[in-house]
Amino acid sequence: MADLDKTASLDRDLQPLTNPQLPAIGPVLAAVVAWGAAGLVALLLGWNIAGWLVLGWVAFIVVLPAWSSAVEGKRSAIDRLVTSLVWSTFVIAMLPLIAVSWTVIERGAPAFSVEFFTSDQSGVIGVGGGILHAVIGTLVITLIATLISVPVGIMAAVYLVEYGKGNRMSRILTFLVDVMTGIPSIVAGLFALALFTLLLGPLPRLAIGGSIALSVLMIPIVVRSTEEMLKLVSNELREGAYALGVPKWRTITKVVIPTALGGIVTGATLAVARVAGETAPLLLIAGTLRSVNWNPFEGGMATLPVLIFSEATKGGAKPEYVAAQLERAWGAALVLIIIVMGLNLLARVVGAYFSPKTGR
Amino acid sequence: MSTSTEAEPQEQAAERTPRRRGDAVFSGAALGAGVLIMLALAGVAIFLVVESVPALSASGDQAYGADNIVVYIWPLLYGTILAAIIALLIATPLAVGVALVISHYAPRKIARFLGYVIDLLAAVPSVVYGLWGRETLQGWVFPIYQWLHDNLGFLPFFKGPVTTGRTILTAGLVLAVMVLPIITALCREVFAQTPVMHQEAALALGATRWEMIRMAVFPYSRSGVVSSVMLGLGRALGETMAVALVLSASGVITINLISSQNPSTIAANIALNYANASGTKANVLIAGGLVLFVVTFAVNFLGRWLATRGQVKE
Repeated sequence: MADLDKTASLDRDLQPLTNPQLPAIGPVLAAVVAWGAAGLVALLLGWNIAGWLVLGWVAFIVVLPAWSSAVEGKRSAIDRLVTSLVWSTFVIAMLPLIAVSWTVIERGAPAFSVEFFTSDQSGVIGVGGGILHAVIGTLVITLIATLISVPVGIMAAVYLVEYGKGNRMSRILTFLVDVMTGIPSIVAGLFALALFTLLLGPLPRLAIGGSIALSVLMIPIVVRSTEEMLKLVSNELREGAYALGVPKWRTITKVVIPTALGGIVTGATLAVARVAGETAPLLLIAGTLRSVNWNPFEGGMATLPVLIFSEATKGGAKPEYVAAQLERAWGAALVLIIIVMGLNLLARVVGAYFSPKTGR
Repeated sequence: MSTSTEAEPQEQAAERTPRRRGDAVFSGAALGAGVLIMLALAGVAIFLVVESVPALSASGDQAYGADNIVVYIWPLLYGTILAAIIALLIATPLAVGVALVISHYAPRKIARFLGYVIDLLAAVPSVVYGLWGRETLQGWVFPIYQWLHDNLGFLPFFKGPVTTGRTILTAGLVLAVMVLPIITALCREVFAQTPVMHQEAALALGATRWEMIRMAVFPYSRSGVVSSVMLGLGRALGETMAVALVLSASGVITINLISSQNPSTIAANIALNYANASGTKANVLIAGGLVLFVVTFAVNFLGRWLATRGQVKE
């Protein structure tokens, strides 16, 4: 018995304090080996670059854990395998973003010309004309939707945070806003369609209907983001104002909202960016007018997303018409992406500009 | 008892403060905004129901050749759910991985940037994804489908024949790209909320990073992940333009994922047929929209419910 104890303690003395580990450069080495070997195989079999990258990835997923298993043991090997897989998911998730951006720029940029931005599609068959009418339509419809949604959304959030405070009405409202966030965009379009069918008769085409449909989608986003921001405003600020005898509504308008303004503006801008790219509701109610229309209360309006959809699906009598329509669709897609990404960037900048007051 | 004694002075205080007109107007406006939102949602439901009623009696030509409204909508509902399930099967593992990268694997400074990049994925309008799927992606996946058909053709999913890249599987892929950032954003928050103490305790006991995540992060965030997947499902069910552009649909019910005979989805079907929807055809389409509304409502409700149940657990 004593002997056994002694040998055990001896063994322990002989063991190193730390487990053996791969060198820090190990994963890089494994990557070089994996993609190098895969490159040889790909060259021999005449595969393209995609095949080489995929084969190298498979080799890497095998090589690194195998090496780690030999040196560090099974648990570390599994850890390294999972780390490789998790980072792989990120790379895979990036592929569509890169592919979409690249394709849109590559195929959209050739469409850009002075005519493309200064003329509409009235009287154009197939080749020629521009997208001015759709740009104007998108701006007008989105602007009106913003004018409806932002005040309503902010006031509803003020009610939830400042007045409701967990009473029955505010709980129901929170729930309904959650439900509204999940409304499919086409259902919002059908709502506007059904509303104006009842008012105007079958198959109405009205730009203001598009704004209303977009508001249904936009209001819950504004409420959500504003609510989060108002909750961040510390109670000391409110209590300080009350202690000075400031009425509640002036406390909200002069203290609470200015403090949270950065976040509110960021949220609203992101909401605008989100609905500016909506297609389905506008397709149903705003339609596909071919000329410039500034009046949202009379007739439909073309918008960029709807233009993309209709040009891509239209088909044409001659091949060059179809090619011209596709080029127009890609050009419009590039314009739309520039607008939406610009709004996203603006939201970040505005948020950073206004935010120092909240100290976050 | 204590509550009543506390409440009294407050009531007296409330009486002593003068009623200001500004306060009344402002709180009224706030309440009005809340009521307006409720009315809008009620309006959505009511108008859809009212406009759906005539569709119940539609048949033959007015129901796009189907015997009645149920026969017409059922294959569309099947296609909607099939496309959404394909999207989730692809997107969920990726989204959990990406969320882990941002919350646990990437260094803090890089993680913020990576988060922005993933958010950009959500910023691309759906119609652009649709155009990309229709024009570009379908060409890339076509040889893969041929390979699947040649090598795995014995499975019912890959029976083919492969004549186009614009199949329900491609539609599912595009939908996966679109729901990925949504699931990622929610999972990321849930993972980040795991108590740091649990994680450090696991690491201190000698767990590797993966063991720490498996034992400390996943059990804590399981319901949050499930609810984020449900919310992603809600989005995938209602997505219109990507499917309408990508899919070459013929309204059949099949589990064959790569043939040219594909089930359509409710939303895409509305977008493609609204233009010539005369008479009760419009009502039939609106009835489809109502079904979609009810299904997404149920899915979102379940997702929110799971999310709140997960929060209570803390």
